[in-house]
Amino acid sequence: MPIVSRSAIIRSAAWLWFIAALAILAVGFREAIFIAPTEATMGDVQRIFYYHVPSALMGLILPYVNFFASLAYLYWRRRDPLKALSADALALASAEVSIVFVSIGLMTGMLWARASWGIWWTWDARLTTYLLLWLLYVSYLLLRRFSSSGESHTLAAVISVFAAVDVPIVYMSIHWWRTQHPSPVFSGNGSLDASMWPAFLWNVAGWGLWGVFVMLFRFALERRRQLAEQNDALTAIEASLETAP
Amino acid sequence: MNSLTSYLGHVLGHLRKDLRIEWRSRDSINGMLFFSLLVVVVFSLAFDPTAAVSRQISGGILWVALLFATVTALNQSWTREQNNQVLEAQRMAPAPASALFLGKALANMIFVLVVEAILAPVFIVFYNLHVLGNPWLLAIILPLGTWALVVNGTFFAVLGLRTRNRELLLPLLLLPISLPALLEMVQATTGVLTAELDPLQINTWITQLAGYDIVYTIVCLFLFDTVLNAE
Repeated sequence: MPIVSRSAIIRSAAWLWFIAALAILAVGFREAIFIAPTEATMGDVQRIFYYHVPSALMGLILPYVNFFASLAYLYWRRRDPLKALSADALALASAEVSIVFVSIGLMTGMLWARASWGIWWTWDARLTTYLLLWLLYVSYLLLRRFSSSGESHTLAAVISVFAAVDVPIVYMSIHWWRTQHPSPVFSGNGSLDASMWPAFLWNVAGWGLWGVFVMLFRFALERRRQLAEQNDALTAIEASLETAP
Repeated sequence: MNSLTSYLGHVLGHLRKDLRIEWRSRDSINGMLFFSLLVVVVFSLAFDPTAAVSRQISGGILWVALLFATVTALNQSWTREQNNQVLEAQRMAPAPASALFLGKALANMIFVLVVEAILAPVFIVFYNLHVLGNPWLLAIILPLGTWALVVNGTFFAVLGLRTRNRELLLPLLLLPISLPALLEMVQATTGVLTAELDPLQINTWITQLAGYDIVYTIVCLFLFDTVLNAE
């Protein structure tokens, strides 16, 4: 049996994943644009649904990855610093990718709202909650940028815990606030017709694969940056030892 | 029991120290007071409200003014500890780190409450306010809302100690996290001022605000040690 290095296996697996994601996205595009029936009241505009909902779903799932990676970082911080660093890289990658998906969800939602409700934005419970999610993760990334490299991991993990605690509170308070004024905008939101499910599911699968791919790619990049940093530090220490008398 | 009294002793010691420092300079309270007064005047000029409108909006304006004033004061509250490396000494001290946090947060709470006590009559005069609901409810809402701002604000101010753009970072972190609390306190205050909300709804807002306070006090106490010793 030929000896194959671990990185080569990972590399080919990544290529396979990438190609599979693109292929499924292509199928999803065909299903969504050409095969799925035109919606009765909204017309072709409804097809943005097949892109809006998968992005919104990813934007809701990836913050969990960020939260658990941050908890893992806080747990391993003193016990196993090397594992902690990779947990931190995962937290960073998932936060960045979830901001991208939440932004896409917000923007496609605005386009859809403009076409079907006639307004770009309304302070409806679901929209407001989602916007706050976006704000929380932008402030998370800003903190990472502003803090010095030595402590940014810890501070960011702490803020991630704060954000995770905030989301259910935001959800409850805003729903309670807005349910006092029932808004008619979601009344047209019935269940999905059976003929539309294939297009929806293909797109969920495609964007899910794509999102995980981008997140892992970003994770690998961050790991590489961390390793380079460690090597630099080691070289500096060795150099200082050699010059010592 | 013994450890609890010694913990409370530490908290009290930190609180007394912060109050004494503030008493000698009175920088925070004066700064906050003048700042929130300016916000009140600016909003009055910008909107020129009638009595009915001012009843609708003054709850929001009161909290926005207090929020911004709190941010300006909290930015200063930890820099005091950096003089003469006091903070390094605090980190090496055997006393629990959360006692330091609790003392500081309570001191900031007292400062903001003093500002509120002075600001309330000013509000009533400038906005021609006549409270239509039960004014005693404000005696619950104001401390709860203040604690919600101060407990997280004190925590995030220490995050910013060793970062670049310290003054900028605090509001960027505090505002998104505080948005639900802000919603709750503004709704409850406006409900009391206008008497348009059902008392049951006002109670629910107050309960939610209290829940927010409890949850974040626990999270802050739990994580403060991690943040103080982050390297």
